Amino acid sequence: MNDVMLAPARVLVTKIGLDGHDRGSRIIAAYLRDAGMEVIYTNPWQAIDAVVALALEEDVDVIGISSLATDHLLVPKLMVALNAAGLGHVRVVVGGIVPDEDEVDLLAAGVSKVFHPGAVREEIVTEVEKLAIAANKERPVD
Amino acid sequence: MNKIDKPAKSTGPVAQQAASDAWQQNYDAMIGEDKTVKNRSGIKVDPLYWPADDPDGDYGDKLGFPGTDPMTRGIYPTMHRGRTWSQRQLIGLGRPEDFNARIKKILASGASALSMIPCNSVYRGIDCDEVEPEILGTCGTILNTEEDMDLSLADIPIDKISIGLNDPSPFTMLAQMLVVAEKRGIDWKDVTGTSNQSDYISHFVANHMFYRLSLTGARRMLLDTATYLAEHVPNWNAFSIVGQHMQQAGATPAQAMGLTLSTAIQYAEDCKARGMDPEKFLERFTFFFDISISFFEEVAKFRAGRRIWNNLVTERFGVTNPRAKRFKFHAQTSGCDLTRQQPLNNIARVTVQAMAGILGGLQSMHTDGYDEVLSTPTEDSAKIAVSTQNILKHEAHLCDVIDPLGGSFYVESLTDAMEAEILSVIAQIDAEGGMFKAVESGFVQEMIGASALEFQDQVDSGEQIVVGVNAFQEDEDASARPILKRPPKEHMARQVENLKEIKAARDPDVLSKALGDLRKAAQSEDLNIFAAEIDAVRAGATMGEIVKVLRDELGFGQPLVVA
Repeated sequence: MNDVMLAPARVLVTKIGLDGHDRGSRIIAAYLRDAGMEVIYTNPWQAIDAVVALALEEDVDVIGISSLATDHLLVPKLMVALNAAGLGHVRVVVGGIVPDEDEVDLLAAGVSKVFHPGAVREEIVTEVEKLAIAANKERPVD
Repeated sequence: MNKIDKPAKSTGPVAQQAASDAWQQNYDAMIGEDKTVKNRSGIKVDPLYWPADDPDGDYGDKLGFPGTDPMTRGIYPTMHRGRTWSQRQLIGLGRPEDFNARIKKILASGASALSMIPCNSVYRGIDCDEVEPEILGTCGTILNTEEDMDLSLADIPIDKISIGLNDPSPFTMLAQMLVVAEKRGIDWKDVTGTSNQSDYISHFVANHMFYRLSLTGARRMLLDTATYLAEHVPNWNAFSIVGQHMQQAGATPAQAMGLTLSTAIQYAEDCKARGMDPEKFLERFTFFFDISISFFEEVAKFRAGRRIWNNLVTERFGVTNPRAKRFKFHAQTSGCDLTRQQPLNNIARVTVQAMAGILGGLQSMHTDGYDEVLSTPTEDSAKIAVSTQNILKHEAHLCDVIDPLGGSFYVESLTDAMEAEILSVIAQIDAEGGMFKAVESGFVQEMIGASALEFQDQVDSGEQIVVGVNAFQEDEDASARPILKRPPKEHMARQVENLKEIKAARDPDVLSKALGDLRKAAQSEDLNIFAAEIDAVRAGATMGEIVKVLRDELGFGQPLVVA
């Protein structure tokens, strides 16, 4: 039972780049909140630096990036920026329209998981919980 | 329906009641446990409909004939038997010259109208030299300058083809196109088409990407543009009121129709307050809807929408001109119903959606590529999408009879039920003080968010079956999926260089005066912003420069996010 977290998982749900379709991100935010997690939700079009700053400030375990229109191509830059900010422990998941060939690149860049259309609530919640626990274990001690 | 002649024999009211009671008994005995069936709009659907369901039905009041009040059966006397819908495929990828090559092919394959989708960076109001290069040109065409527009439309007779521009406020694409037309010696009176994304309220609520200016700023921009166009480009539809975004964001079909009509009421009231004449400006109102796969519900949505609009403009705005009562709409098959699993199944889904739109009486249609859920559509999938329309038109003969589902006991009953549901949404918005106030307060956003979650729960629980997703799953060979060719990086780099060259070649004094005048127009209610914007394009101002000035003066468009 030592995998059970004492505090609720903290998840930042956001969109980077140019697109503003947010049906997916709003549903995911509601799923995670219903599952007892602390969800930090933002407007779309966040700059990568803004996401990193918010992740730091809110001390999140997981960042969920929702992408419909190729904005996921910026995620490798986000991964570099997170590492540079000392947030290497934070797990990043991407959900939305991600072609298979791009998924390979995202995973290689350090993304933990890509959710495609058709992913269901239970799968998403379980996976994010698991990743939050893993992130928490690796969190640097102040 | 009572006016339909029936055989005189044993079908009087008493005999019919007895017959329907008998059927009900047989039904109950055979069905076992009957489950409650509801459509996406929450309307309960019965197992059978018959004339008794509509005892007060009056053919003339509720249906009438095509092209006359209440327009339920269609807005033109001839409908698709006379002129079929415009095949308006959305196209946009890469550079202006890529768009031009592609649109020529699409026109050759039977499309009859042109539709332009700019790059997402354009929607956000940012020129290509200020955008992360990874995402440039991946979803639409880069249209930053009048030169870009000219290249995109090379050899295209823009005075002879109906043009749809996905061009949100402040309408830079339209300004560019009008300047191109002017340079080609084309009379603006011969330019026809629609600003497909003029509905800033729908962008504030649901498609945030298109939302560039503040609510009040976008409100003024739209009215200035409509006023200008009414005078100078009289055959251009300045208003396209969009239900698509709200339905895609999760509104039920009835909610999407109700919210769209409430938006149209808001715009009509705003135009009236400007002293415009409803008999005239309502002629230039067009609508844009999503078509989900809920077949009968969509047909009923469109029939009900037509009837409500006809009655509403008559009652609220005193309109008598039949052209001003026409509920002209473009519709797009819904990408939300498409699945990543077994993607070829999407061709069947799009076919059913397209049928609902056609039988619902649309004027213009875009059918989705089956691979939209995998990536931006490939050229092959776009061709299949056009062929689907041609097959429905020519092989399935869907255009032979006007409103062929009219008179179906179910469809008429459902049209009435959808009408009641839509009217109740409109009443809720009226009670909130109209659409502008209802979106400012977040009322509409909450309504849509709740519906989105409810539908997703139905899919997650398996109550709503989705083939290949929560039923009939198969192991799939992912390598069989189509792969999209993204624009080569060097093309995009060249495009950025082009922009820099174009910018450098401008006369700085002329440009700065034009941008200064644009700023002044935005500061003064007495001046027309769109007129100043056209002058700015003539002086070489880019899309990004124009949007920046207007954002400074009219406010940056920050959506109200309710989650």
